[in-house]
Amino acid sequence: MSSKHFVSTKPVRKLNLKVLKRILSYMGAYRARLIFVVICILVSAIASAGSAMFVEILIDDYISPMLLQDSPVFTGLIKALCIMAIVYVVGVLAGYLYNRLMVTIAQSTLKRIRDEMFSRMQYLPVRYFDTHTHGEIMSLYTNDTDTLRQLIAQSLGQMISSISTMIAVFCCMVYLSLWLTLIVLLSVVVILLVVKAVTGRTAFFFVRQQQAIGALNGYIEEMVNGQKVVKVFCHEDKNLEGFAKRNEEWRLASTSANGRANSMMPMMNGLGYATYVLIAILGSYMAIAGVPNLGFSGTETITVGVIASFLTLSRNFVNPISQMANQFNSIIMALAGAERIFNFMDELPETDKGYVTLVNAREENGALTEAEERTGTWAWKHPHKDGTVTYTKLEGRVVMDHVDFSYTKGKEVLHDITLYAEPGQKVAFVGATGAGKTTITNLINRFYDIDDGKIRYDGININKIKKQDLRRSLGVVLQDVYLFTGTVMENIRYGKPDATDEECIAAARLANADSFIRMLPEGYNTMLKGGGAGLSQGQRQLLSIARAAVSDPPVMILDEATSSIDTHTEALVQEGMDRLMKGRTTFVIAHRLSTVQNSDVIMVLDHGRIIERGSHEELIAKKGTYYQLYTGAFELE
Amino acid sequence: MIRTLFKSSRQYTKGAIITICLSALEVVFEIVIPTAMSWLIDYGINAGDTAMVWRYGGMLILFAAMQLITGMLAARLAARSSAGFASNLRMDMYQNIQTFSFSNIDKFSTGSIVTRLTTDVTNVQMAYQMMTRMVIRSPLMLIFSMTAAFRIDSGISMIFLVCLPILAVGLICIIRKVMPLFQQVFHTYDELNNVVQENVQAIRVVKTFDQQEHEIQKFGGVSERIYRLFSKAERIMTLNMPLMQSCMYLCMLLISWIGAKAIIQSGNDPALGLTTGSLTALITYAIQTLSSLMMLSMVFAMMTIAGSSAERIVEVLREKTDIADPADPVKEVKNGDVRFEHVDLVYNRSAGKKVLSDINLEIRSGQTLGIIGGTGSSKSSLVQLIPRLYDVTGGRVLIGGVDVRDYDIEALRNSVAMVLQKNELFSGTIAENLRWGNEHATDEEVREAARLACADEFVEQFPEGYDTYIEEGGTNVSGGQKQRLCIARALLKKPKVLILDDSTSAVDTKTDAIIQHSFRTYIPDTTKIIISQRISSVQNADKIILMEDGHIAAEGTHEELLKTCPVYGEIFRQQQKGGAEDEQ
Repeated sequence: MSSKHFVSTKPVRKLNLKVLKRILSYMGAYRARLIFVVICILVSAIASAGSAMFVEILIDDYISPMLLQDSPVFTGLIKALCIMAIVYVVGVLAGYLYNRLMVTIAQSTLKRIRDEMFSRMQYLPVRYFDTHTHGEIMSLYTNDTDTLRQLIAQSLGQMISSISTMIAVFCCMVYLSLWLTLIVLLSVVVILLVVKAVTGRTAFFFVRQQQAIGALNGYIEEMVNGQKVVKVFCHEDKNLEGFAKRNEEWRLASTSANGRANSMMPMMNGLGYATYVLIAILGSYMAIAGVPNLGFSGTETITVGVIASFLTLSRNFVNPISQMANQFNSIIMALAGAERIFNFMDELPETDKGYVTLVNAREENGALTEAEERTGTWAWKHPHKDGTVTYTKLEGRVVMDHVDFSYTKGKEVLHDITLYAEPGQKVAFVGATGAGKTTITNLINRFYDIDDGKIRYDGININKIKKQDLRRSLGVVLQDVYLFTGTVMENIRYGKPDATDEECIAAARLANADSFIRMLPEGYNTMLKGGGAGLSQGQRQLLSIARAAVSDPPVMILDEATSSIDTHTEALVQEGMDRLMKGRTTFVIAHRLSTVQNSDVIMVLDHGRIIERGSHEELIAKKGTYYQLYTGAFELE
Repeated sequence: MIRTLFKSSRQYTKGAIITICLSALEVVFEIVIPTAMSWLIDYGINAGDTAMVWRYGGMLILFAAMQLITGMLAARLAARSSAGFASNLRMDMYQNIQTFSFSNIDKFSTGSIVTRLTTDVTNVQMAYQMMTRMVIRSPLMLIFSMTAAFRIDSGISMIFLVCLPILAVGLICIIRKVMPLFQQVFHTYDELNNVVQENVQAIRVVKTFDQQEHEIQKFGGVSERIYRLFSKAERIMTLNMPLMQSCMYLCMLLISWIGAKAIIQSGNDPALGLTTGSLTALITYAIQTLSSLMMLSMVFAMMTIAGSSAERIVEVLREKTDIADPADPVKEVKNGDVRFEHVDLVYNRSAGKKVLSDINLEIRSGQTLGIIGGTGSSKSSLVQLIPRLYDVTGGRVLIGGVDVRDYDIEALRNSVAMVLQKNELFSGTIAENLRWGNEHATDEEVREAARLACADEFVEQFPEGYDTYIEEGGTNVSGGQKQRLCIARALLKKPKVLILDDSTSAVDTKTDAIIQHSFRTYIPDTTKIIISQRISSVQNADKIILMEDGHIAAEGTHEELLKTCPVYGEIFRQQQKGGAEDEQ
C-alpha cells in the first residue's frame, strides 16, 4: 500500500461524435426552434462583425471626406449612425432571443434525459443494482448530468455562436483585404500550434484530476463512516497519513489541469495582440508603400480605416477561437459523462414475456368468472393460443422443480432444488451464510431467472406470469428495511396505493405498529426522513410488516432480521410476523429458533443444496445436521 | 469567516499575492496596448512615417510579449496556489475532524462531512482561483481604461459615467433576483438526488410492490420543478447580455457621433484635438470598461455561490472537540480496575434529559461484567464513558484508580479496547485490518488473536487466508464473521479493559461460548465488559447489571438475579423458550 498510486494514467478520450449526435437527437424535438436559434445566432454574429466594420466606414466614408470639406454636412453621418443603431438593436434582440430560447431547449432536453434515465432505471433488472455500487449509479445523476448541463446550456450555444462569428468576421475580412486576411489566418495557425504545444494535454490532466478526486472521495467516505472505530483504535495519525497522500495526489493533478486551462486565455490574448501588431505594421507599411490592396471592396491602397477595422476584426476572429479552445476540455469531460449516461440507458431492461395476469374473480358454483371490482378472490387469467381463456384460482401453491441457478455463468449457487409449498404452509430455510437461502426467494419473485428446472405458482410456470402481477401476489419483508421519505401513512400505503386510511391503520394494528405510531409527534402524519432515520430498528421492521400486510398477498417471503432488538420489541415483531403469516403460504429465512420450530417444513440448505427437509420433530428425530445445529447452537445467518 | 478560511493558505499565500501582482501588471500592459496602438496609427500610419511604425510596432510587440508572460505566469500561479489552498483547507478540516469526539461526530452526518470535504472545497477553490486573477484585474481594468479614456478626451469619456451606473444597477438587480432562485434550484437538486438514492437502495421494495410508475411520477414531479426553476433563473440571467450589449453599443454610437464632430473640428491633428487614431482607442477602452464591469459582476455572483460552501467549511473548522488531553496527563494505565462514582450523563445540555443517572459500579481487574437491558436503556452510553468517548456530566469514572479525564487520551484508549455495536472493517486485507489493533503485531500474534476470536477457521478457509481483501464496508464477509474479526482486532491491542458492545449478536451461541471461554483462559487479567441481548453471553460473568432507563435496575450474579429480579427472570425464560440455550 506504501507507494501505490491512486490515479491511473488512462489516455485522453477523443471527441466522441456518436455521443454528441445522440445528445443532438434529444434536442431534435425542438428542431424548428433550433433553426430559429441558429438564425438568431447568425444575425447577432453579423451585427457584432458589423460593429467592427462600422469604425472603418465611419472614418473612411464620413470623417475623412468631411475633413476635406469646408463646411461639413453631418446628415450623412447621422443617417449612418441611425442605420448602425438599427443593426445594433436587431443584433441585441437576436442575441437575447437565442439565449432565451436556448434556456428552454437546454433545460427541457436535460429534463427529458433525466426522466428517461430514471424511468429506464426503474425497469432495470435487480442484477444491475447488485452488480453496481450505489455511488456509481448516483454519480450518473449528479456529476455526469451536471457536466452534460454545462455542455448543452453553455458549450453548444457558444460553439455555434463562435463558429458563426468566425465566419461572419472572416467574410468581412475578405471583403476588406485579402492580404491582411491571409496574415490573420497564418497567425491563427501559429497561435493554435503554440497553444497546442503548451496546453495540449489539458484534457488528460482533467481526467486525472477527476480520478484523483474520486479516489479521495472514496477514502473520505470510508473513513468518515468508520470514524468512531478510528477513534477507538487511536488511528487518527495513520488515517491522516492516508488522507494526506491522496490529497497531495489530487493537488498535483488539479494544479496541472487548472494551470494549463488557465493559461489558455492569456496566451490567446497575448498572441492575439501580437497579430494585432503584425497587422498594424504590415498594414501601415502597405499603406505607406502604396501596395495595391486586394479585396472585394476594391483594389486601391489600404486606408487607415481599413487597418483600424482590421485590427478590431482580427481580435474578433481570435476571440471565438480561444473561447472554443477553452470549451474543449469541458466538452470532452461532458461527452465522457454523457457516454456513461447513455450506456446506462442502453442497459437491457428486465424482460417480461408473461401473459398470465392477475384479475379479480367471483366464484359461483365452482366456476370462476372475472369481476370488475375487488372481490377478495383473485384468479390467474390464462389466455391460450386458440383464443380461449381459462381462470385458475390464486391459492398460493408454489412448486420448485429441479431448479438450478447461478449468478454468473459457470458458478452454480443452487443445485437441483425441489420443494413443494401447499397453500397456507410455512416453509423455513435454514443454513449458513452463502448457503443460498436468500437466492431461493430471489427466484420466486423473479428478481433473477433460473437456469434450469421449473417454478410453478398455482400450477402455472412463473415465466408465463406477468412480472408485475406475480410480484403483486407476493409480499416481501426484507431483512434491511427501506422506508421512503414521506409520512408514515404514505409508507404503509406503499403496499397498496388505493388503500384507505382505515385499511392502513388496520394493517398497522395487525403488525403491532399502531401503538408506537400513535406515540410519534404527529401520529400517522409524521414525516419520515432519510429512510426513517429517526425510528429504531424494531420500529422500522414493524412498519415494513404493516406495509406488507396492507397489500394482503397470498404468499409471503420473510427475511428475518439478524440485528438484535430488545426483547420487548422483538416480541412485538414476532407477534406481528406471526399474524402476517397466518393463512398465507410463507417462505421464511429464519434466524430465530421459534420461527423455525413453528414451520410446517424446514429446509436445511448447505452450499446450494437442500440437505435435509421435514418438520421440526422429524428432523430432530433424524439426528442429522439440523439436530446438530439445533442442539449445538445456531449460526442462522 | 474569511479569516478562518485564509489561515489555510499558508505556503501558498505568497503565490496568491504574486498572482494578484502579476494580474495587475497584465492589466497595465493590456491598457497600454490600445494607447500605443493609437500612436501607431496617428504618428505612424497617418503621418506615413515608416520609422515611427517600426518604433511603436516594436513597443507594441514588447508589451504584448510582456502581457503574455505575466498572464501565463499568473494563470499557472493561480492554479497552483488555489489547488494548494484547497488541499490545505481540506487537510485542516480533516485534521480537525480527527480530533472530534463522538458527540462532535454525531453532530455532523457522514454525508454532510463528505460533501463539505469535497464539493464545498472545490467550490471555494474555484472562487479563490477566480478571485486571485480577477479581484484586482477587473477593478484595475475599469479604472485604467477609464483614466486612459479620460486622458484622450475627458468630454467624450463622460459618456461612460452615464452608461456605467445604468449597467451596474442593471447587473445588481439581475443578480439579486437570480441568486435566491439558484439557491432554490440547488435545494431541489438535493431532493432529486434523495429520490434517486432511495430508489437505488430500495429497488427490491419498489419492484415487489410494483410501484415503478409511482416512483417515476414522483421523480417526474421533482424533475419538473427543477426544470421550471432553472429555466426561470436562467431566463433572468440571459438579460445580462442584452443589457451589456445595449450599453456598449450606445456608448459606441455616442462616441462615434461626438468623436466625429471633434475630429472634424481639430482637422485630425493630434495637436489640436481628437484624431481618428484616438477614436479607435476610445472605442476599445469603452468595450474594456464595460466588460470589466461585467466580469466584476460575475466574480460577485460566483463568490455568493461559494459563500454558502465557505460557511459549511468554516463550521467544520471551527468545531472544537469537547474532549481534550489534560494539562499534565497520566501516561500509563496501571490495571483494569473500573469504577463509576455517581456518574451522570447528559448528551444535549439544552434538552437536559439524563441519559445516565447516578451510576455506581465497581469491577476489579480481570473480572467480567455483563450488561443487559432494553433498547434505550443507555447500555452503550455507559461503556463509552470508559475510553472517554464521551465525558461525564457529573461524578467520575476511574480506571486503575485514576479519573479517565486525567489520562493521556491515546494512552487510555490504547489500554481500553472497545468493539462497537456498529463496527466497521476497512478496505484492505484481513491482516491489515487486524493490525489496526497493533501495527507491529507479528503474523503469529495476528493468528493468535484470530484464534481467540474464533475467526481463524473461516479466515483459513478463504483461498488467500489472511491476505483476503476486505471490500469497503466489509461487504464480502457475513455479519457474524465481521463481528469476530472486529473482536480479534480489539484483542490484538492486548488491552487492560475489553468492552464488547453487543458484538456477538450475529455469532452463533456455540461460537459465542467458545469466545467467552477463551477470554477467561487466555486474557485472565483483562477486565471484560460485555453488553448483550442474550443472557447466555453473560451468565458466567462475575457480575451482571440490568440497565433500565439510564440507571442500574439490578445487580448480581446470574443465580442471584434469577432469584431477586423478576424482569431478569422473565427475559431469561423467554430466551430459554426460544431454545437458544441448551448447550453446556
